[in-house]
Amino acid sequence: MKKKWGIFAAILLTFSMILSACSSTSGGSSDKDKSGKLEIFSWWTAGGEADGLKALIKVFEKKQPDLKVNNAAVAGGAGTNAKAVLATRMQGGDPPSTFQVHGGAELMAWVNSDKMQPLNDLYKKNGWDDKFPKELINMVSKDSKIYAIPVDIHRGNVLFYNKKIFEDNHLEAPKTFDDFFKVADKLKAKGITPLALGDKEIWPATMLFENILLGKLGPDKYKALWTGGEPFDSPEVKESAEIFKKMLGYINDDHSSRAWQDASQLVADGKAAMNVMGDWAAGYYTSLNLKPNKDYGWIETPESDGDFMVITDTFGLPKGVKNEGDVKKFLTVLGSVEGQDAFNPLKGSIPARTDADPSKYDDYSKDAMKDFKSDALTPSLAHGSAAPESYLTKVNQAVNIFVTQKNVDQFIQSLKDASSELKK
Amino acid sequence: MAKAVSRGTIYIILIALSLCFLIPPYVMVITSLKPFDDVSLEHMWALPSSLNFQSYAEAFDKLLPNLLNTFYLVIPATLISALLGSLNGYVLSKWKFRGADWIFTMILFGMFIPYQSILIPLIQFLRSIGLYNSIPGLIFVHVVYGIPVTTLMFRNFYANIPDSLLESAQMDGAGFLKIYRHIIMPLSITGFVVVAIWQFTNIWNEFLFAVTITTTDQQPIMVALQNLAGSQVVHWNIQMAGAILAALPTLLVYILLGKYFIRGLLAGSVKG
Amino acid sequence: MAEANLQNTPARTQPNPKTRPKRKKIRSTDRLLAISFLLPSIVAVAVFVYGFIGWTGYVSLSKWHAILPDLSFAGLENYLTLFQNFRFQSDLRNTLIFTILFIAVVALLGQCLAVMIDKKIKAESLFRNIFLFPMALSFIVTGVVWRWVLNPSSGVNLLFDKLGWDLKWYTDTTIWPGIEIGKVTGGIPIALIAVVIAAVWQMTGFSLAMYLAGLRGIPEELKEAARMDGASEFQIYRKIILPMLRPITLSVIIIMAHISLKIFDLIYAMTGSGANFVTDMPGVYMFETTFRSHNYAEGGAIAIIMLLSVAIFIVPYLIHSRKGEQ
Repeated sequence: MKKKWGIFAAILLTFSMILSACSSTSGGSSDKDKSGKLEIFSWWTAGGEADGLKALIKVFEKKQPDLKVNNAAVAGGAGTNAKAVLATRMQGGDPPSTFQVHGGAELMAWVNSDKMQPLNDLYKKNGWDDKFPKELINMVSKDSKIYAIPVDIHRGNVLFYNKKIFEDNHLEAPKTFDDFFKVADKLKAKGITPLALGDKEIWPATMLFENILLGKLGPDKYKALWTGGEPFDSPEVKESAEIFKKMLGYINDDHSSRAWQDASQLVADGKAAMNVMGDWAAGYYTSLNLKPNKDYGWIETPESDGDFMVITDTFGLPKGVKNEGDVKKFLTVLGSVEGQDAFNPLKGSIPARTDADPSKYDDYSKDAMKDFKSDALTPSLAHGSAAPESYLTKVNQAVNIFVTQKNVDQFIQSLKDASSELKK
Repeated sequence: MAKAVSRGTIYIILIALSLCFLIPPYVMVITSLKPFDDVSLEHMWALPSSLNFQSYAEAFDKLLPNLLNTFYLVIPATLISALLGSLNGYVLSKWKFRGADWIFTMILFGMFIPYQSILIPLIQFLRSIGLYNSIPGLIFVHVVYGIPVTTLMFRNFYANIPDSLLESAQMDGAGFLKIYRHIIMPLSITGFVVVAIWQFTNIWNEFLFAVTITTTDQQPIMVALQNLAGSQVVHWNIQMAGAILAALPTLLVYILLGKYFIRGLLAGSVKG
Repeated sequence: MAEANLQNTPARTQPNPKTRPKRKKIRSTDRLLAISFLLPSIVAVAVFVYGFIGWTGYVSLSKWHAILPDLSFAGLENYLTLFQNFRFQSDLRNTLIFTILFIAVVALLGQCLAVMIDKKIKAESLFRNIFLFPMALSFIVTGVVWRWVLNPSSGVNLLFDKLGWDLKWYTDTTIWPGIEIGKVTGGIPIALIAVVIAAVWQMTGFSLAMYLAGLRGIPEELKEAARMDGASEFQIYRKIILPMLRPITLSVIIIMAHISLKIFDLIYAMTGSGANFVTDMPGVYMFETTFRSHNYAEGGAIAIIMLLSVAIFIVPYLIHSRKGEQ
């Protein structure tokens, strides 16, 4: 009897030891291999994004065969999980070699807390100063120090629409807000949901609003909002809120249970006619085997022709990494035409450089590349480029409330109250 | 007569409620067995036109690594915390010292706290000892926060072992460990089964620690299931198949060892 | 070490028959051993429960609003901001309503089911298992399934549609009856009912099992005696069974309350915070504030408020059950 129990206890213990040992070896503990390997931290874990990243790494490894890359991508929550992990790592003084971060305010959060190194020498060495648009470089700079290399560009102010619905009802894609509401009324009369929205996570609704702001205020005043140069209770902002309110009368009932893809899907399935989304939706349509210009069409969101709402992924050099030289080698490839042309066609984005080869891109992207060169570039609020996270959190909350309550005055007041966060 | 009527009513009510309770499993199973084209909102309630296990294959493919993670997590965590709980329960029921009850109550409080209230320091702590984002880290967390409930269960369990048994052993000169090994342990097989089932189910189903402490390739099954089911883009048949896969182990435990499961549930609910 | 200790004790000392009824004096080495086995757990609980709660409390009083820690003292600022915040006010309303509805339904339904199942019916174990098995599932699974079942554009609504009801379930933003209290509208958010249904589905088994155990603990003679005195079944239920189940009801309420007050997974998997925050809960808000918006100080404050709301129930209950034991 007593032996049995001894053995039982021993088995119990060894078994659990073995199991925990197994799991710890199978788990990629990043701490051990940070010295030698280049750790590329991102949230590109699936689909075209992951393929693009792999292609980029391949280009790099061909050029630097003796350097090993560790693809440390974190899945889930459209980057929110990755950002949480990054935050804990930075707090613990364990930065990855380089990490994905949206240009603008999101990058500046790291710069302001003194965690990033300037890369002006890298720009000078590679002659990049005139290869990226000036406005884009401004988004990754502070006090004329450049802190990151943009690798891709997505456009935020795109209105996608179902071609068939528009043709069947003899409608034109709306260029102005008046057009939009005329089209929407006709569609509504036919029993078609005019505008698809999926605000289970709130940012698609915030995107819709920022695009109305851009349309009504124009790029300069829009940008001035975030720097304190333009008040939130101006007539234009109020008008934007009114338009936003009116638009919300044309959306699908179950918007709050849908994610952005589910809203795009409504347009794809012909259950809704239009959807305002970033141009990653084009990539999503491609994955559904829909053809650009045949199954779906696109146009700038109303009154934002000539403006380009930029969402850009950038990579920088954190302070405290051991292999600075290697990281710079990687960043050099990331900023090169070759690197960007390997990455972007697969991801479905366009290159941040203006001298890339258009023949490698699909019809939608060619169109976007042309606009990118000539348009005024504006930072997206919903994607963390225009304003600090603390402000965005408050705006998202205000938008969530507004979508239901539709109280314009209260909404404007919330935006105004939140603006104290902009000065921090 | 009146009795027969009331019995009839009881059956009607029970059957009606049972049918309501069976809606989710019914929908889950039929949806998961439908081929992709068959999954439409209009025919949600209809039986599948043909049995199709494709969605299981796909869900299994996507969730397998996480399923393994959960096994690596649950088995050691359950064993260690059961052992620890048994020792604690033994001390607190049979070797009471002054203030033992007071300490027990203090420990018990840990069972009820919302874990949000310890998460921020916990993550900093795990980060600093290098166990953040690792299965051993999660094991550690579940063992530590499993102390209150396992201690409670074993303490209640051992309270039923008569003290006279221990006394006669002491007469024979047996000490603390000897009594544990020769008297308590053999008598606590049921206790171990109950506690192990309880911990197994709880740790398997746990989400908050899993989602905040692990990422990507270390994630247990529940986090992966939640990610899989995040939107309607992943087809419903696959989501449902995934949900069934994730639920199967604990469900099996319930079906096979339901009696002990209920005992654990009652033992873990403190005595009123 | 422990082994050696055992070996050194004089083996098989002769017990003195005269001291038999009295428990033999515990040897001090054994007592030390016992305490030393308990000590790691005491230390662990002291550090990881009480210490960490203290640390969270400290964070909640700090200015740590961004990714990098800033632990300078901010006083009660974070708490004040929270209580003025629309989302948090909504959370308080939602938690209160959810807790009341959830506990009431779980306790009532569990008790009714237990009384019916206890009537020595046929297929008793089948019925019992149907109501109990959801207990073995995770809130995540429950959330995923009920989100699909109650999806407004599918699910049971296809049945209700035919009856002419247009139910929006968890996407409904109505609050009934809708009394303005401060910034938020007071009342029952209709969307929460969907969540209550899912939670009740999962947890009724718990109260059923407890009530069943309670019912089986009531001696049959007691009921028999009452029947002899001509009491009706209903009278027996009211005069004998109900009072004897009271401690069980207390336990059910306490356990359900602490589950409900810290609920997170179910909401997260099923509805998220919802339009106009109609299904938001402090647990979700804490998670998003801390790990999504990196506002650790405010997240800590929410956590502490959650803890206090649970402690109000639990601490008296723990003290009460300890006294009951003595």
